[in-house]
Amino acid sequence: MAESTPLVRIEGLYKSFGSLDVLKGIDLNVQQGQKISLIGPSGSGKTTLLRCVNYLEEPTRGDIYIDNELIGQRLVGSTKVPMSDKELARMRAEIGMVFQRFNLFPHLSVLDNIILGPLKVQQRSRAEAVEQAEDLLNKVGMFAKRDAFPEQLSGGQQQRIAIARALAMQPKLMLFDEATSALDPELVGEVLGVMRKLAEEGMTMIIVTHEMSFAESVSDQVIFMADGNIVEQGPPRQIFRESRIERTRSFIRAVQEH
Amino acid sequence: MGYGELWEATHVELLAAAWATLQLAFGALVIGLLVGLLVALARLSKSRPLRRAALMYIEVFRGTPALVQLFIVYFSLTEIGVQFSSFQAAMIGLGLNAAAYLSEIYRAGLEAVPKGQVEAAQAIGMPHLKVLRWVVLPQAIRIVLAPIGNVAISLLKDTSVASLIAAPDLMLRAQDLSSVYFMPLEIYILVGAIYFALCYPLSLGVRLLERRTRH
Amino acid sequence: MFDSIALNKAIDMLPYFLNVLGIGALTTVGLTFAAFVVATLLGFCLALMRLSRSRVLSLIASVYLEVFRNVPILTQLFILYFGLTYIGITLPAIGAAIIGFGLNGAAILSEVFRSSIRTIDRGQSEAAYSIGMTRSLAMRMIVLPQAFKVAIPGMANFAIGLLKDTSLASAAAVPELTFKARMLVSETYQTNLIYFLLAMIYLILSLILSHWAARTERRLKVVKEH
Repeated sequence: MAESTPLVRIEGLYKSFGSLDVLKGIDLNVQQGQKISLIGPSGSGKTTLLRCVNYLEEPTRGDIYIDNELIGQRLVGSTKVPMSDKELARMRAEIGMVFQRFNLFPHLSVLDNIILGPLKVQQRSRAEAVEQAEDLLNKVGMFAKRDAFPEQLSGGQQQRIAIARALAMQPKLMLFDEATSALDPELVGEVLGVMRKLAEEGMTMIIVTHEMSFAESVSDQVIFMADGNIVEQGPPRQIFRESRIERTRSFIRAVQEH
Repeated sequence: MGYGELWEATHVELLAAAWATLQLAFGALVIGLLVGLLVALARLSKSRPLRRAALMYIEVFRGTPALVQLFIVYFSLTEIGVQFSSFQAAMIGLGLNAAAYLSEIYRAGLEAVPKGQVEAAQAIGMPHLKVLRWVVLPQAIRIVLAPIGNVAISLLKDTSVASLIAAPDLMLRAQDLSSVYFMPLEIYILVGAIYFALCYPLSLGVRLLERRTRH
Repeated sequence: MFDSIALNKAIDMLPYFLNVLGIGALTTVGLTFAAFVVATLLGFCLALMRLSRSRVLSLIASVYLEVFRNVPILTQLFILYFGLTYIGITLPAIGAAIIGFGLNGAAILSEVFRSSIRTIDRGQSEAAYSIGMTRSLAMRMIVLPQAFKVAIPGMANFAIGLLKDTSLASAAAVPELTFKARMLVSETYQTNLIYFLLAMIYLILSLILSHWAARTERRLKVVKEH
């Protein structure tokens, strides 16, 4: 069976912040429907890599293609030119992101948080946007809170709404940036539950996480990163249980010691 | 007459007046620093009437224009037999005005010193005065330096108000020269440039201070 | 010293004084309000210029700020006043005053706006971008509404300072409060009473302003807490 074009294609990605090299040459493909987990120690560059996918970070070098379209840059003849803000926004609308600190809009109600994108960016009708929002709220188990404001909600509740907000844009791809790292332990489960459901429905997901058992059970591919490079990539079993690379093994050992 | 020629003709007088302005600002700053300290101490004292008096002082001097305060010091006090020169009245008025702001700056500086430090010093048995001298004050001083700098810059600009009670400052000199050379716009622009030359380096300095003391 | 005849004379003139000063106070409030509006609109533009990615715009705004913040406002008023007559524009003195205070105030407010925009967490903008908002849409719908609430204390402080600064317009014969007071003093020589009333009226006006600002801030917080 021929492999279709990857939904996400990362080629030769380098990213430096000043003199600090955070990504040192990343090549990665993500197929439609795949769930990829990025794991690794702090400073390994996994969050930076994720943020390059929707161009929240501008690569120092390298290309990223979303559904075969170059993101953040345009090819004019043979030179690469920065993409216009409008074009970039259009591409970003098709990629959903869930942040570690939720980043819900505090001055808007839960419902308004979710319908804002469909209304103002996708120009959908209010009735349609509200209907979809309510469906999503049901899906993440937060329908009762539709008129509440973010500050009245717990972290786990806010994050579930953040996921609904991202899904409201009907993205092709969902990026999770340590979605549960800022949550109290007892609230982590409810968010992972939503992510798991999403995975089962076939969403393409790139997940940066410290939740190893979750990564193991949900992912098709696990990527272990350290010092700005991909050290090892493979199915969960290979990374978590059968790795032949010492660096990977010592990391897995260290995190499972808890 | 172009700017060059005008400057040639007037710069001696303008710079002399600028010097007077600097003296006025400096004098007012000194008065403000001293009176402000008294007001701050009263504000933080244990005596309720003293605290009330300090609060009223601050409220009145921050709630009324500096110009009105200068009027009162210069004109009204004559009724009780006190007559200051316009220069003195300006220095006193501006100084008392600055004192209200400075006292709040002192208070903020003292309160910004983390309580934990004071408690730690007391816990090792340091007497109260020593705590003040060695723990609180050095830090408070670092915190207040930049805000005091900002007050100084404001004072420099506020001295222009003294011209309205005919105190011999830069703006008054500009007024005189305007009637001599009939080029008010050019003269006031030159004067503006002089004020800028005095204030801008100060504000750069204060900004440097702010950056340093943020650590 | 406290001649009872003189005291009675002064008290008799009280209604007259309050009348004249009252009119002056209205002018002062009107002048303050008009200048505040000018300063807010222009200051907002300046803040956006400072924050823009265009180095040229940012530089222009910075230069504007430095000039207007390092020259006394009285000097600025005079330059404007004479400058306008120079280019042949005859404005009533109060018009020049509104422009002068507005231009100066814009420099001050632009810093208030700029810092309040910067206090809004970057995560908010990033979340907005991630749902496909352009920079300007994100600014309009997400950052500015939040920044506005943060800016209110700064704007209130500015307004009170502006109210006091309008006393300088008396030098240009604008018939505001201080000018009226000076007029009354030269008319009646009741220096103490008149300047006392003058100070009182400013005090009352600034207290009203600060209470009103505190109430507005509180009301905005309540509205959020639906």
